[in-house]
Amino acid sequence: MSTILEDLNTKAIERGIPLGVHLDVTWRCNERCVHCYLDHDDQGELTSDEIHDLLQQMADAGVFFLTISGGEPLLRDDLFAIIRRARELTFNVKLKTNAILIREKEAAMIRELGVETVQVSIYSHRPEVHDAITKVKGSLARSLDAIRFLVSQGLKVTMANVVMKQTRWDYPGVQALAAELGAHFTIDPTITPHINGDRSLLRLNIDRNGLREIMNDKTIAGQEDQFDPVAPGAGQGAMDNIPCSAGHSACYVSPYGDVYPCVQFPVPSGNVRQQKFIDIWKYSPQLQEVRSIRSRDLPVCSTCAHVGGCSRCPGLAYMEGNMRGPSTADCEKSFAKTGIPSANMLRRQ
Amino acid sequence: MSEKYIKPSRDIAARMLADEMVIMTVKDSRVFSLNATASAIWSAADGSTPLREIVARKVVREFDVEPEVAYQDALELVEELAQAGILLLADHPIGTEGA
Repeated sequence: MSTILEDLNTKAIERGIPLGVHLDVTWRCNERCVHCYLDHDDQGELTSDEIHDLLQQMADAGVFFLTISGGEPLLRDDLFAIIRRARELTFNVKLKTNAILIREKEAAMIRELGVETVQVSIYSHRPEVHDAITKVKGSLARSLDAIRFLVSQGLKVTMANVVMKQTRWDYPGVQALAAELGAHFTIDPTITPHINGDRSLLRLNIDRNGLREIMNDKTIAGQEDQFDPVAPGAGQGAMDNIPCSAGHSACYVSPYGDVYPCVQFPVPSGNVRQQKFIDIWKYSPQLQEVRSIRSRDLPVCSTCAHVGGCSRCPGLAYMEGNMRGPSTADCEKSFAKTGIPSANMLRRQ
Repeated sequence: MSEKYIKPSRDIAARMLADEMVIMTVKDSRVFSLNATASAIWSAADGSTPLREIVARKVVREFDVEPEVAYQDALELVEELAQAGILLLADHPIGTEGA
């Protein structure tokens, strides 16, 4: 991250500005990914007018980074009108999509509208593996065609690879494919529980050996914080740390107007159909509680050797039953990077 | 002396955050941060108001500086921003092409 952006995030946290919002415009989807954490039935999505009003409210509140996602956002007929309005309000727009509805015309429109980055999920370089995960035959070929269209428009494309049991050995293939197509590559070895709390999806997580290999892969290390090779020690400053930007300088809005600290941290904090976005952001008791938590307040993690450098996700901890508790997936990552068991792992032995 | 007109480029994202304007280019993600004076000029850059008038209204009055000094500083600033590709600068009013 550039120094200006780091400073910006620090200032946003100090001044209570919601710098980034992840807005899911629909949960409907044209794929049925085996690991997906969302329900796909439409339960009354925000209308175009409601979203346009919300965009204005978010701009007034200081939101700068806007991630438009889903579900599959291109299933909304008004998606390009939403993006156009967002760009008129000078948001930095990132679009997350499976891209199977993007052909030359849509790619040109996305470029014309000034989307900064398009992120496309690619699970494997092998069609039989990718298509088995999405449950849509031909989906890999279509997504890759779309990436070619997008790159040819001069757009920045990120190929996002979720590693799970079925794709355990495939990330180097996806990485090579990204390089070949001129796309950036990002990897996530964490499967998220279903947003309704069902944890059965976690059976898809790769085993400890696989995680160790990925977390120590030098071609990935440094790409994201969670892959940083060396964990800072647990100095006094570490106890004052906040876990991440969720609720501090960023939040999530669902297609139904529900506001959460993060898509992965589904604490209902208000609904934009009932309250102004800024009022939810400033005064929601749930967001205020999330903001109040420092590392020193975490009963288990504050005693852990990894407290200074762990990528602990408070949302995953919340999904485990306690937003002040450990996130087992991140304990495993810290262990995979260092070989040192976390306080949570020692407690369970 | 010809008038100068300014308007933000279309290919940027921008937001006034606290006391500074933060600007990011869409194409290559370069980030700029403008101080209070530059932010005031940027915010008034509508393509139709002459730069000299913007400076008189937004800088001279609000920051209590000499008009000619303020204008020359502003001209230098907008030329730099135009060179960076984030601001359109012309000798005539700028229409929708930069909007």
